[in-house]
Amino acid sequence: MARIFAYIVHKGGVADDSAVELAAAAKKTDAGASPIAVVTGWGPELDAVCESLRPSYSEIWKVANQAIAYPNAELVRQALVKVIPRDSIVLVPHSHFGIDLAPGLSIKMNSAFVSDVVAIDGVDGTALKLVRQEFGGQISAHVGCDISSGVVLTTRPGAFKLQEGAPLSGAVVDKSAEVSVITAKRRYLETVVAEAGDVDITKQAVLVSVGRGIQEKDNIAIAQELADIMGAVVSCSRPVVDAKWLPKSRQVGSSGQTVKPKVYMACGMSGSFQHLAGL
Amino acid sequence: MEILVCVRRVPDTSENEIQLNSAGNDIERDDLVYSVNEPDNYAVEEAIQIAANAGGNVTVVTVGTDEDEEVLRREMAMGANQGVLITDDAFSGSDGRGIATILQAFVQKNHYDLILTGIQAEDGGAQVGGMLAALLDYPFASLVNSISVLDGDKLKISREIEGGNREMNEIDLPCVLSIQTGINEPRYVGMRGIRQVASVEIPTFGASDLGVDSASVGAAGAKVKRTDYFIPALGKGAEMLQGSQEEIIDKLIELMKAKGGLN
Repeated sequence: MARIFAYIVHKGGVADDSAVELAAAAKKTDAGASPIAVVTGWGPELDAVCESLRPSYSEIWKVANQAIAYPNAELVRQALVKVIPRDSIVLVPHSHFGIDLAPGLSIKMNSAFVSDVVAIDGVDGTALKLVRQEFGGQISAHVGCDISSGVVLTTRPGAFKLQEGAPLSGAVVDKSAEVSVITAKRRYLETVVAEAGDVDITKQAVLVSVGRGIQEKDNIAIAQELADIMGAVVSCSRPVVDAKWLPKSRQVGSSGQTVKPKVYMACGMSGSFQHLAGL
Repeated sequence: MEILVCVRRVPDTSENEIQLNSAGNDIERDDLVYSVNEPDNYAVEEAIQIAANAGGNVTVVTVGTDEDEEVLRREMAMGANQGVLITDDAFSGSDGRGIATILQAFVQKNHYDLILTGIQAEDGGAQVGGMLAALLDYPFASLVNSISVLDGDKLKISREIEGGNREMNEIDLPCVLSIQTGINEPRYVGMRGIRQVASVEIPTFGASDLGVDSASVGAAGAKVKRTDYFIPALGKGAEMLQGSQEEIIDKLIELMKAKGGLN
């Protein structure tokens, strides 16, 4: 069985929730696996992340390089290609960073690629059996993947839950020397924080939320009327913002706001996972 | 600037409820309404705007069958200068890497400064753009929600990241960008516009025209294969309220009060 690697997303010295989810996904792939965490970055924050992973992984590969202090996917890809052996199984969270990194990584590793995996049914010979969703989750598909030359998988956030077990005491292995000069044709400049809206939907007790099913702009007024009666604020899902019917600050979901109201009345929503991620 | 936009014709989920066919091996495709994949349409609009401001040409390309020509014509009616259909029996059953390999061969026979794709197809995996860039050794950015052209063969772009924040980047040309919805407001295409391009000839290319090794694409080259479709198990906690509209409203208000959501 190929070795399994988990790419750890982190920020401010703290590993993302996906770090333990990837460990769980590795166990679904091979119950006897001892997956290896790969952490790239720079400085004390990188060391803090590596240390925090010791209970979850038996081995943590640290790749320190100043060029990837901010995770530029093009640079991180070059580092991973140098460090991770060919024919491995590489797990990456299906996030804005994973979408940037993983498809190109699979090309450079010359391995198969499956994105946004929601379940793993195990390995049969060289065939890895996976579940994906299509058409906004309306239907699911079993997918077979030939992993004889390795595979890169991105896993949906929240889809894999770790079984409680005895904590490990993983060893941190410094792989930095294997990555020397890396250069990119794309350069990170800055992060522009979203502008605050007229109301803060994250602080509302009652939200009336509208999706694509509201059909036309004029129908927003119906939702507003209901919200007024209920003492609520109108929020929405992505298609309503894309159509410019409501401002971005009203959007609930992974690319919008995360809300925690007492009542969330969803109208005309299909309930895509990107939307549910904001609840 | 020469711009290539990769588009796909997909079942339109705003017009169809996607269901399992009776054999359980595919979705029910009879009576499906197809349209251009929504993010791809934003990518075409963005390309048209860039070409209008910075000069240049927009080519839309799809890998598919004769039936897919309709989306090329729709995007040409929108303002793309030309459409290209890449089609071959040997391409059928390609996985994401297969499609990226076919597009790579097409790009290498031509010259494009900028290649755009939609972020994701309805039944796809947000994969072809990133793979194509890696095959070409071009830089890549995903989830792009603004583009401005800088001097010196560079672009300034923003990517949509968590919480509505935007990650600003500079990227060298040629490059591949996958476009997020909402980047612009795609123009309306009327029947009249489509009629005007109805007789424009759309060149087609196959495996031998592009020099693609048939063994590396299609079902033969695919490492990833969908084996079947199924309907996901229903989650717990859902309850259908029944009765007249008045009765349903009463029950809903009662429920919300009982659970402490409304006073």
